[in-house]
Amino acid sequence: MNIVVCLKQVPKKDSILRIAADQKWIDDRDISYEMSEADAYALEEALRQREKHGSGEVIVLALGPERVRQSIKEALAKGADRAIHLHDDIFNSATDAAGVARALAAALKDEKFDLVFTGLQSDDYGFAQVGLILAETLGLSSATIVMEVQPEGDSVRVKRELESGWFQWVKIPMPALLTIQSGINQLRYATLKGIMAAKKKELKEVKAADLGLTAQALQPAQVIEKAYLPIKSKQTEIIAGKPAEAAAKLVEKLKFDARVL
Amino acid sequence: MSEGILLFIEQRDGKLNRTSLETLVAVQKIAATTGDTTSAVVLGQGINEVATEIAAKKLAKVYTVEDDKLATYTPDAYVGALKQVIEKLNPRMVAFSHTYRVRDFAPRLTAALGKTFVTDCISFRQDGNDTVFTRQIFQGKINTDVRVQSAPPIFVSFQAGSYRADLAEVGDAPAAVEALAVDLSSVDVRTQTEAPFQEAKQAVDLTQAPLIVAIGRGIKEKDNIKIIEDLAAAMGAEIAASRPICDNEWLPMDRQIGSSGQTVAPKLYLAIGISGAIQHVVGMKNSQTIVAINKDPEAPIFDIADYGIVGDLFDIIPALTAEVKKAKGE
Repeated sequence: MNIVVCLKQVPKKDSILRIAADQKWIDDRDISYEMSEADAYALEEALRQREKHGSGEVIVLALGPERVRQSIKEALAKGADRAIHLHDDIFNSATDAAGVARALAAALKDEKFDLVFTGLQSDDYGFAQVGLILAETLGLSSATIVMEVQPEGDSVRVKRELESGWFQWVKIPMPALLTIQSGINQLRYATLKGIMAAKKKELKEVKAADLGLTAQALQPAQVIEKAYLPIKSKQTEIIAGKPAEAAAKLVEKLKFDARVL
Repeated sequence: MSEGILLFIEQRDGKLNRTSLETLVAVQKIAATTGDTTSAVVLGQGINEVATEIAAKKLAKVYTVEDDKLATYTPDAYVGALKQVIEKLNPRMVAFSHTYRVRDFAPRLTAALGKTFVTDCISFRQDGNDTVFTRQIFQGKINTDVRVQSAPPIFVSFQAGSYRADLAEVGDAPAAVEALAVDLSSVDVRTQTEAPFQEAKQAVDLTQAPLIVAIGRGIKEKDNIKIIEDLAAAMGAEIAASRPICDNEWLPMDRQIGSSGQTVAPKLYLAIGISGAIQHVVGMKNSQTIVAINKDPEAPIFDIADYGIVGDLFDIIPALTAEVKKAKGE
């Protein structure tokens, strides 16, 4: 069982985000990065499936600048077998889901795999599209927002999350692409042994030219014209003071102004 | 020439998904500024009732597409059918609600058509001939205005709760309902579906709770939940949580609020250590009074809160519990 996991690196969850001077993106100067949360679960699920199956490879595929290597190495340390890093300034042009999917698809053209996992959406753009565009481009079957994975011969049976606490099992033929929901499993930490072993694993750098891709071919069809902090929909009354003071004031407000206590 | 706006209507077992009406409002508002004609399309089997319900709204036309392969939802059949519908009708814009089902097929559809898809939008503005969409990034922390740079049709989905379904305009006379024929004989439906189910019987019905104390990642460890239980007990409130807490099994799944959990609108919703990611907010934003306690003053939860305390919850919650007890004369 060979499983490709598409990993994205995003600003850390607790980052304080500020708007960049050009108002097109965040100011990324003091930002540290981590694996996008759902992608971390996708990686974990791939490792568990390979362990259950007893053979095969987990191949990590990631696109982005030099810093992404750190997340790739983390994935290798956790147990992925090898990695492909799409690392080239030309890939900076790929800022919409279709552009990213086009690059990932090109990188997978000569790979042999049974499953491709992505997170259900990234924590930065949150397009929730790259996986499915990749599936459509490569002609793979697909299922999204997956909470359980059971390979059965040439097919895979998966538990999909629907809305409002509903679920559904569906079965699709492999090769298949699954978008993995956060919380599908419990994440592991990399062990010291894993970190040492990762140093010997293959980490292939791929340039756009290697895939026959140009900046032109990755041009986005949708662009962010302006990024800004959300306009508040409500007047929030911030209650200041030491904990005990603030707590007392809040209880008074809830009791006498909002009348909800 | 591409013309008009086409709205995708979602139904399951012949029942309308209410978020389709919200997106109808968005579509009607766009059309009011552009003069576009608006129509809707419903896929499935036994969908006359849904079509009639939608036809009562202000729309030029409602198209129904029926086929055996559409009886139960699968991405392959939906992509196959909608591709033909869009090629036939040639709309300028196609609008969806950003539901889990739409997320399951629409990106494949737009990829098959070679088009871009602006997902999870919360509003729009018209700029000359262009519709500029607002969508949130970083889980609601930042808004972006997005412009589409490719030829029509433009594909867009709107987030649940962005528009109010009860504001959907009703037509002077019902819209004409027209059956649209598609040929799905060459569509290979690869998905075998089983019946949808609910995990366990929902033990707690949070929708009926007047007071809810909800916790998020800020609680840090399972053992810390004790201080929240004390507060909830003092208030007489139910405990709820954002997704990560239930994923970690610190609280059972039936305590989860948000798109994958329950949707509530209590008198008081106290959000503790919850940042306010969209997936959580859609499940509680209609609460009568929202209080947020968070150490990050930039947390999006403060955008929808009536009252906020910025600080360490481990200092504030015990103090709050004491004050609640005092107020209740205990």
